[in-house]
Order: sequence, then structure tokens, then C-alpha cells
Amino acid sequence: MFLRTALLVLRKDFAIEIKSYEILSTTLFFAVGCVLVFAFALVKEGQAPPDSAAAILWIALLFSGTLALGRTFERERYGETIRALLLAPAPRPALYVGKLLGILCLLGLTEVLLVPLIALLFSAPLLERLALLLPLLACGTIGFAAVGTLFAAMLMRARTRDVMLPILLYPITIPVIIAGVRGTSALLATPPDEPTTIMWLTILLCFDVVFVTLSLWTFEPLMTE
Amino acid sequence: MKKLFVPLAVLTAAMFAYAPIAIANAPYESTMLLIQKIFYFHVPSWMAMYAGIAICGAASVVYLFKSRPAADRLAVAAAELIVLFGAIGLVTGPLWGRKAWGVWWQWDARLTMALLLELVFIAYLLVRAYGGPGSDKLAAAVGIFGTAVSPFVYVSVNIWRTVHPLNTVVPTLRAGMFGPFWFCSVAFLLLFTLLIMLRTSLANEQARLDELYLAEDDGAA
Amino acid sequence: MDFDSVRLTDVSRHFGRRRALSKLSLTLNAGDIVGLLGPNGAGKSTLIGVLATLVTASSGDVRYGQRTAREGGSGLRQRIGLLAHELHLYAELTARQNIAFFASLYGADADNPDRFEKAIDAALERAGLTDRAGDQVLSFSRGMRQRLGLERALLHHPRLVLLDEPFTGLDDRSVGTVSMRLRELAAGGAIVLLATHDLDLADGLVTRVALMRDGRLLSDEPAATGLRARYRSLVGGT
Repeated sequence: MFLRTALLVLRKDFAIEIKSYEILSTTLFFAVGCVLVFAFALVKEGQAPPDSAAAILWIALLFSGTLALGRTFERERYGETIRALLLAPAPRPALYVGKLLGILCLLGLTEVLLVPLIALLFSAPLLERLALLLPLLACGTIGFAAVGTLFAAMLMRARTRDVMLPILLYPITIPVIIAGVRGTSALLATPPDEPTTIMWLTILLCFDVVFVTLSLWTFEPLMTE
Repeated sequence: MKKLFVPLAVLTAAMFAYAPIAIANAPYESTMLLIQKIFYFHVPSWMAMYAGIAICGAASVVYLFKSRPAADRLAVAAAELIVLFGAIGLVTGPLWGRKAWGVWWQWDARLTMALLLELVFIAYLLVRAYGGPGSDKLAAAVGIFGTAVSPFVYVSVNIWRTVHPLNTVVPTLRAGMFGPFWFCSVAFLLLFTLLIMLRTSLANEQARLDELYLAEDDGAA
Repeated sequence: MDFDSVRLTDVSRHFGRRRALSKLSLTLNAGDIVGLLGPNGAGKSTLIGVLATLVTASSGDVRYGQRTAREGGSGLRQRIGLLAHELHLYAELTARQNIAFFASLYGADADNPDRFEKAIDAALERAGLTDRAGDQVLSFSRGMRQRLGLERALLHHPRLVLLDEPFTGLDDRSVGTVSMRLRELAAGGAIVLLATHDLDLADGLVTRVALMRDGRLLSDEPAATGLRARYRSLVGGT
């Protein structure tokens, strides 16, 4: 029942998205725009400061993820369909999981675009180090999305939801950023510092476990008035 | 509870009045001399802040799952004190750093951690103020998540900073320093207790006032 | 999990200093069509929210049969259907996709796909939207969305049917069809609660009348003629 509901919600979001690809295309383009802004700000005489590739990757993800979160829940606000979802005879945390999976797919696609782009623009050996980069990106994205999905859901009814989401989300996901950026730049060093990356990966994994659990636990009391 | 206010206030005031004397009598630390003495207020304010974080987190859990309004009032009081004592720490820290090491801010692990947690609980207060109806539950979620993230902040910032260690280590305490240090710690914790009691009592009065309005509304029917 | 009555005892709900519901006691029985009437701000929507388990009461007791909302859990929600003002439809999806999604959510697709498709077709037909089934809800008029939303709410044959202004935007014929539908539901043992401003429509349809003002229940009585006069005398106003 739980998994079935989550997958139904995911499939429904796909069905909506493939009609216009609105959220996907605008998120992708925004992410690219982000990377370019940072590139123009940082590149001096054709060279970016060392480690900037790692930083830009995670920052672009953070910003585009925040926007995407706001907009996927905006869909549930129109027509107040969130009420209908909460009224369904399924455990309510399943709705959270369904939404989380949707965000993860969206951010995953963004990463598919960003990683090669950043590797190209900053001559960073990201694509050669995929074996560790992928788990690092996965765990970091899950951590960010877990907290982000919960906050975006609970802010749906708030008046100032657009600006409140980053205000609440960024301080709490700073550990994810630190771990992600430090882990990625350790990976990009020559030779790649794999033990450090694995250490940061472990920290991200713990973060994921704690915060997904906490979100599942608090979702229902937060969504009922 | 209220009967404790005055004696507690008197005791706290007396301790703070004596504190400068205790601090002045403490021995000088070898390298930093007079400057180091700010530490007697700097570290205890962190202790008060962390006490606040623990209380806010626990009270938020109780409020979110048991809907006890008293827990919500305690959580707000704790959050405000976190921001207050955090601000004291974040001001005294750079003051110390500037004089001791010539730089206002050098991303010292402990100061950075405190800054992050301060931001989380400022966000708590912002949500309460601007979140609209139902913001008390939203804030409870921020309180819970903020408290839950503190160990991760501690670990990640620590590792982040100690890869390139700088002269950030708190000086080891010499014999004569323990006395004033614990004295000031107790003074700060008493101040924290006093303030949280006052603030919670204020919130309780506001709640009672709301109840009276509601009851009057009923009576008018 | 089923029930044949819903009992509210001294239910109150306040938001800060504002009382939305004030010591409300009401019993709803199977076969009733209860008209919930009252001026704007009376608390009708909050009451419907409480009955739908989406809003928790600050104090008081809500029982579905013998059980509270918490005890009923997700099984209880299987027996509740809600149509609120916002209609709960996904604008970008087609009428068919909307019905299919909610039907699956309520477990209708668990058996065989053939019956599932037939159930969706039947719902679309009852809504009078068979020829527009493949069109996005975005392109529908308010009345069409209202009909679709009603069918969506009734898909899973709920025991407790909660409707907030179900007649908005409906033309005469649709009003007749919907009224007949509600009568059939009640005759089949459902508990129907509808909040409305339209006293004339309510007049012929409801079997009981609950009047609210300022969060309080002013009266709860069997429907009789002269609804408008009764409303005016109790609630006041133009």
C-alpha cells in the first residue's frame, strides 16, 4: 500500500510533466545559467580558481533544487489537490516518498546535464571519477531533497512560502554542501584522495538516514492543520 | 514557579556583580594576557546556547506530536534565548580573535558551527513571525531539524576546518582559572534559566489572555 | 471499517484568538442529507475539514461509529469523500487521467483492468463528460469541473459525503442530476453533508438543516418548508 501509493504519486507527476516538460526544461536551463554566472564571476585570464568546479556543481544543484521544490508543490496547491491526496486511504508518509522520488528524478536529470558541462567548462576530471562521484552525488541529493521535500510540503499553506523555503532549507543543508563539495574536490585532486571522499560519503549517508527518517516521522503531523 | 523569580534574579544579579572581580583576580593566560579574559563570558554563553538548543528540540518534538501548547511556548522561549546567547558568543568571539590573532573572522570551527545554528534558529523565529497561520507547527519542525542537524554541523565543520589547522585551540586552563570559569558558567546558566522562565511565563500570560477572549466570545452567545 | 453515524461532541477549534468552531455538537446518521447553512465565516468549511480528518479539533470529540479519526486511520479515509470549493483536480491532466489517478489511489485498480476502465467510463458518463474525456481539465468551464470533481469524490462509494458548495456553476439540468444523485446516495445509506448558500436549492433537497453562525450551531432540525424565513429569523441579515 505504501509503496504503491508513492509510485502512483510519482507516475501522476510524470504524467503531468510530460505534457509540457515545463519544470524540467526551466530547471535545466536555470542550472546552466547558474553555472555560467559563476563562471563569469570566477574565471580570470581563462582560469578558474582551484576547486571551483566542485563548488559550482553543488551550488548550482542547491539553487536549481530549491526552485524545483517550490514549483512541484505549487502544482498541488492549485486546485488544493494536496487535500485530496491527504484524504486518500494510504499512509500519509507515502505521499512524501512519492514527491521525494519525483524531485530525485528531476535533480538526477539536472546532474546528468551539469556534470559533463562543468567537466567541460572547468577542465575538471569529473567524468573519469564517476565510480565515487555518482554515490557522492546520489547521497548528497537525497539528503538535500529529503529535507527540501518536507519543508516545501509544510510551507505550502504559508503566505511567504517562496522565500521561506531557502531561509529554512539552506542552514540545515549546509553539512550536505560541505560534505559534497569537500568530497568532490578531494576526488578531483591529482591523484584522487579517495579515503577522504569515502569519509564524506559516509557522513552524507548518515545524514540521509537520519533526515529521511525524521521527515517520514514528522510529515503527517505537519500536514494536518 | 513564580516564587523562584525574585530569589533567582537576585542570585543571578549578585553573581554577575561579583563576576568581574573573580575574573580580574584570575591569573593571566601566558600568551594572550588580558585579552583571554573575554573567554569567561564567551564560553559560558555557548553553554547557554546549547542548553537552549536541547530544550527547543525536545519541546518541539512534544509540541508536534502531543500538541501541548505549553511545549510550544517553551520552544519559542528557548529559541529566542538561543539567538540571544548565540549573538553574545558571536560578538565576543571575533572581538577576542581580532585582539588575539589580528583577524575578525577566520572560519574557526566552533564559531562557524555557532553561526550555522544561530541561522537555523533565526529562521525558526522568522517562520513564526511570517509563516502565517499554522506557523507554530512549521517552527516546531525547524526546531526539531535544527537540533537534529547539530551533530552533523559539528562533524562536518570540524573536519572542514582541521584539514588546515589554524591557531584556534582554546588555551588549556591553568589552575587558578577553573574557579572563575565555573563561576561564570553557573552565572550564565542561571541567567538562562531566569530568562526562559520569564519568557515562558509571558507566553503563558498571552495564552491565558487568548483563552479569556475566547471564553468571553462563548459567554456572549 | 464502516460506520453508520458520525457524532461530534463539543467540538471546538480556534486559531489564536479567533474561534472557528465553538462547542459544536451534532450527530449525522445514514440516510440523512444535512444542509449546513450559514453566512460567510460561520465555520462551515472548518467543520467540513474536521469531519474529513484534515483539521484536528482543539477540543471535543469526533466519532465515526465508535471510533475516532486516529483510531480509524487510513481505513477510515476510504469511507470519506470530499468535494471542497477548490475541486481537487489536476488542471494539466485530462478528465480521464484525473479519474484514473484517484480511482487507483482508492484501490479500484487492484482487481482487473477491464472493470477499472469500465468504472472510469461510468464515472465520466455520470459527469456528462464522456466526449471531453481526453481534454485537459484546464479547458473546462467551472460547471464541467464541478461535475467532474463530484464524480471524483464519489468514485469509491464513500459512506460520509462532504460537499462544500456543490452547485456552484451548474446549469439547471446539472443541478437536477446532482440533486438526484445525492438523494440516491442517501437512500443507499450514505451520510451526506452539504454546505451551501443557495437556500432555494437546499429547500427541496435536504432532510435536515444545521444552521451555523460565528462557529456556533444555532439549530439542528428536520427540514420543513419556509427554509428561507427560518434562516433569516435565526441568522439574521438581509
